[in-house]
Amino acid sequence: MISSRVVLKLAIGSYLVLFFVYLFLPLVFMSVVAFNTSTIPQVTPWEGFTFNWFRVLFADSQMWDALINSFIVAFFVVIISVPIGLAASLLLTRLQFKARNSFYAILVSPLLMPGIIIGISTFLFWDKAFHLSGGLWTAIMAQSTFISGYCMLLIMARAQRFNKTQEDAAFDLGATHRQVFLKITLPFLKPALITAAALAFMQSFENYNSTLFAIGFEQTLPIYIGSKLRSFISPAMNALACIFILITITGAVVYEVMRRREAIKR
Amino acid sequence: MRKLRQDAIRQFGTFGILLILGTVGFWVICMILLPQLIMIDYSFRPFLPLREIGGPEDNYTLKNYMVLFTNEFHRIIFIKTIWASVIVTVTALFVCYPISFYLAKVAKGARFSLILVGLIIPYWINELLRIFAWQLILSDAGVLNQFLLTINIIADPINFRAGNGAVIMGMVYAYILFMVFPLYNAMESLDRNQIDAAHDLGASWPRIHWHIVIPHAKPGIAVGCIMTFMLAAGSIAAPQLLGSPSSFWFTQIIYTNFETANWNQGAAYSMVLAGLCLIFIFSMMKIFKVNLRAIAK
Amino acid sequence: MNQYIGQDIEIIDVGMHYEGSPKAALNNINVHIKAGEFFSFLGPSGCGKTTLLRLIAGFLDPTEGQIRIGEKDMCRIGPNKRPTAMIFQNLALFTLMTVSENIAFGLEMRGVSLDKRRKKAEELLELVNLPGVGNKKVSDLSGGQMQRVAIARGLAVEPSVLLLDEPLSALDLKLRQHMRTELRQIQKRTGVTFIYITHDQGEALTMSDRIGVMSADGRIEQIATADNLYNKPNTAFVADFVGANNSFMATVKTANNGHAVVETSFGFLTGINPQQLSSGQQAIAFVRPEVISVLEESKSEENTIKCRVKNISFEGAFVTIFLDVDGKEAFIMRRHNDGTSLFPEIDSEIDVCFGTHNTRLLADGACFHA
Repeated sequence: MISSRVVLKLAIGSYLVLFFVYLFLPLVFMSVVAFNTSTIPQVTPWEGFTFNWFRVLFADSQMWDALINSFIVAFFVVIISVPIGLAASLLLTRLQFKARNSFYAILVSPLLMPGIIIGISTFLFWDKAFHLSGGLWTAIMAQSTFISGYCMLLIMARAQRFNKTQEDAAFDLGATHRQVFLKITLPFLKPALITAAALAFMQSFENYNSTLFAIGFEQTLPIYIGSKLRSFISPAMNALACIFILITITGAVVYEVMRRREAIKR
Repeated sequence: MRKLRQDAIRQFGTFGILLILGTVGFWVICMILLPQLIMIDYSFRPFLPLREIGGPEDNYTLKNYMVLFTNEFHRIIFIKTIWASVIVTVTALFVCYPISFYLAKVAKGARFSLILVGLIIPYWINELLRIFAWQLILSDAGVLNQFLLTINIIADPINFRAGNGAVIMGMVYAYILFMVFPLYNAMESLDRNQIDAAHDLGASWPRIHWHIVIPHAKPGIAVGCIMTFMLAAGSIAAPQLLGSPSSFWFTQIIYTNFETANWNQGAAYSMVLAGLCLIFIFSMMKIFKVNLRAIAK
Repeated sequence: MNQYIGQDIEIIDVGMHYEGSPKAALNNINVHIKAGEFFSFLGPSGCGKTTLLRLIAGFLDPTEGQIRIGEKDMCRIGPNKRPTAMIFQNLALFTLMTVSENIAFGLEMRGVSLDKRRKKAEELLELVNLPGVGNKKVSDLSGGQMQRVAIARGLAVEPSVLLLDEPLSALDLKLRQHMRTELRQIQKRTGVTFIYITHDQGEALTMSDRIGVMSADGRIEQIATADNLYNKPNTAFVADFVGANNSFMATVKTANNGHAVVETSFGFLTGINPQQLSSGQQAIAFVRPEVISVLEESKSEENTIKCRVKNISFEGAFVTIFLDVDGKEAFIMRRHNDGTSLFPEIDSEIDVCFGTHNTRLLADGACFHA
């Protein structure tokens, strides 16, 4: 007789397998298509193995322009969002004021709103207030609106663990506010700032919804992908996806190896 | 107030606190509040030719909002968007609950890291490409049709993309991780001993989950549902890539408004969408009895 | 090491009232601390002593009065501009820096060159008996070592006064007692003024030149040397808070020449009357347990009480005898165990006596009840 424990184990095991098949199989299909000679992106029929779609992708100057734009936008989003997140987290963790909860609600509201609303409102604001039509700048502003919120939450989590008497001690030993900030506060928050910067970069690099409405006629990589996928679909997009997947897996492996090495050190 | 000012200056210095207030002020005023206000302003003004803007016709009106009631197509799409988003949310919750629990309370060591990495990898791949993957599966010449044809279940390809099914499938897939991580975070803090104790006292697994795990994971469930609903209702990539003309999404109407330069109508519909999300957030907070601070973690 | 220039610290009429708090944290504090002195503020927790220290350091500004260091009014001068250095209760060492970097931090802020900073850090590590740990991480040190590093860090900026906020409270008993001696030695060697706050009277009595006792409502009760504080308490609070003491409720009958006679529930007592209480006033008669002895032959200048032995507790070097008068007025006497004395039996009736000069009559004010 099979015990109920075995049944439970089997059930859990098959669920896990199914879950990850569901998660990864589409990505496998997508990668496979990148190497099929067929001009229509499809897994079957298999017409032959080729690297041609990577060549097509690399020859597309639009893609390179979009990639460069993505880097520019992501760079400025990091430059803007991390300081905003830092300032807001200092304000919220250090000062006690009555309207703190409502203020907090306003600061996290961009995280709970659909991206297209942020994109649209940013676009309208810069158009109305400064007669700036959509472009990289409005895309940067739209993305920073909610990415700053993520940065704030991340930095706040660490700032709350800070032992404030260290700052008092530094003051007492003659440091100015600037010195205290640079020598004591900032070094403590550094890990959170690095994580926030990395997250901000990736969020920006990925963003489609807010950017779509804010960016006007310019293109970042997701906008480029979107327009390609909506018009004439070519397996070159699969080649791009394949590169994304490769980078991600490499990143994950490197991260895991580094984490293990760090764990052994301790 | 005086005390607050003194405290601020004492901690950050006059220059420091001004810098902080300036930075946060720019964010709140120029990036959050004013854009919203301007959008609201647009939404209450009529759509006029350029030369009539600011003229006698340019008065506040509810006209843009009324279209939602007068235009039957828009109304149907709006309601469809709501229930389809709810379906996406509920499906995601059911698919993600077991894996979140497994990750939080069962998996250990190497298996834990493996699952975590397995969850994060798809998350790092662009949303558009994740949705595109489903296009490859669900299209007429896609993997699924080819498979069904080969094993002779069907004679002709099925047009999966005709209804809303494909869009919903794609969304569940694309937003699944926004459900997993809040659930995982909430369950992770549950004391394993509580589960063991209940088990020891003879509670069955369904009962343990109903009485112990779910009440503890409430904030996580609320956050996961809010994030997933918000992403689904506000999604534009999934309907654009997976939808057909018959499976239009509310965001696509907004997009069309902007393509035709009718910013006023677009702004009004954006406000409607924002209102919808707000109502969803508040009802989640009420149902699960959690506050904003627990949500924004 | 004479680079430390001692300066007098004057605390004049200082009051502190936190906004939104119903009562003042500090009331009318007046203290003149001399250069090079080891001065302790002793008081129960919540008496405002940490507030007082933070006022001197400059983290807070008093709502009334002024604080002067070396004749200079410190009002509106921030902690980074005052000639003070503080040792925090949790030490507040900079966890991301090495020991040397911690010690040299204040010098770095003043733009002193790296070479000089290193040299100074080594010197100070010698001073606090901790040579050669400069390159260690703070987290690798033991509790006592961290303590010394914190003191070295404070001394590095050559302050006129070092402010210590119960720095020994986190240490275990043995280390705490050792560090008392060590702190006192460092203070003597450097000649820096130490202002020390604590709720531990043992610490205050053993280390300090003078002690200011503070009551729970933020007032200074008495400022005196350790022995005067113990032997000649001037208020009921001090008598009760410092050391063990017996107290008898009483009413003043006659008073003259610094002495007075009071009536208690068991008869009259004569004692010293430092507060000039007059006839009819309520008073408490304080008598230390160790000054009480069993009456052998009556002397006219002594107070006597007829009482019953309730219990005897043998504690090795001394013996505590629990007494009462007709089931009320419980009190204790403490006798040295010299190995030969016989102690009274439980439930026996005895007469005890104590000198009138050992009886202090103090107004019935706020007492400390531990």
